[in-house]
Amino acid sequence: MVSNKNNKTKKSGSHDHNHPEPITYFKVAMALVALTALEVVVFYFEWLGYAIIPVMAILSIGKFGIVVMYYMHLKFDEKLLTYVFMSGLILAVVVIMWLMALFGWFN
Amino acid sequence: MSDETTTGIDNRKLLMWVFLGSDCMFFASLIGTYLIYKGTGNLDIGPVDVFDIPTTSVSTFVLLMSSMSMVFAYAYLVRNNINAFRIWMVSTIIMGATFLGFQVFEFSEFYFHYDLSPQTNLFGTTFYALTGTHGLHVTVGVVWLAIIFYSSLFRNSVSAETNLDLDLAALYWHFVDIVWIVIFAVVYLFGTFPGFPS
Repeated sequence: MVSNKNNKTKKSGSHDHNHPEPITYFKVAMALVALTALEVVVFYFEWLGYAIIPVMAILSIGKFGIVVMYYMHLKFDEKLLTYVFMSGLILAVVVIMWLMALFGWFN
Repeated sequence: MSDETTTGIDNRKLLMWVFLGSDCMFFASLIGTYLIYKGTGNLDIGPVDVFDIPTTSVSTFVLLMSSMSMVFAYAYLVRNNINAFRIWMVSTIIMGATFLGFQVFEFSEFYFHYDLSPQTNLFGTTFYALTGTHGLHVTVGVVWLAIIFYSSLFRNSVSAETNLDLDLAALYWHFVDIVWIVIFAVVYLFGTFPGFPS
């Protein structure tokens, strides 16, 4: 509990209900299914070679972003939550890249 | 429950997002470790030998649908439609359990059919550590959702007014889903893509 001395304190517990209608959630689910199907189809395009990496990255980032924005409501919630999550996510990507660089993946 | 907050955001919700951000780093270390070690050491057995993309695609589909089901449960709880909420909760729990069933099937196939254990090679060690940790997260999620469903049935403690309790569980569940989106692409699809020059 935060002290009342801080006049910026507010009561929490009331939760924003400006979230989408169920039909929007259904459309999002269909988009996710379509992107997953596309991933699997692209997987069989052997001629893509290393170009599969950016293609798959774009598809996965798209799915990731859709779930975070719509299902986890970051698009509709306070920006602070986006900053908190993105801090962890960016650090996570840096951790993976750093590890791969340390072990000579980019040589 | 109502606590004072300096941010205007419920402290429990803020804490959940902090946890999810930190869990990103946890999974990043496991994914990074998998990537750097999967092609080293004993290479007798690797991703191309064991992964079955069609089966994993189906389990991925099930987990994606469980996320849709979860968000429906939340939407109906907020609208005070408890019966619809319960139906979608059961559906989410069943799909979560189905995903776990797929994972148990996959692990047992790898172990008994391909003789791949965590001790076999570094691919086995890092693969089981990564997907096993994700499976553990899914298990925690299924138990959490089952407790909320039980509370709504027998304790009447779930309502539109207490929707934040479900919102927190839903955030966790969707997080498990996005981690799988990454694992499916990086571990399964990249791991067995036939177009990479050998």
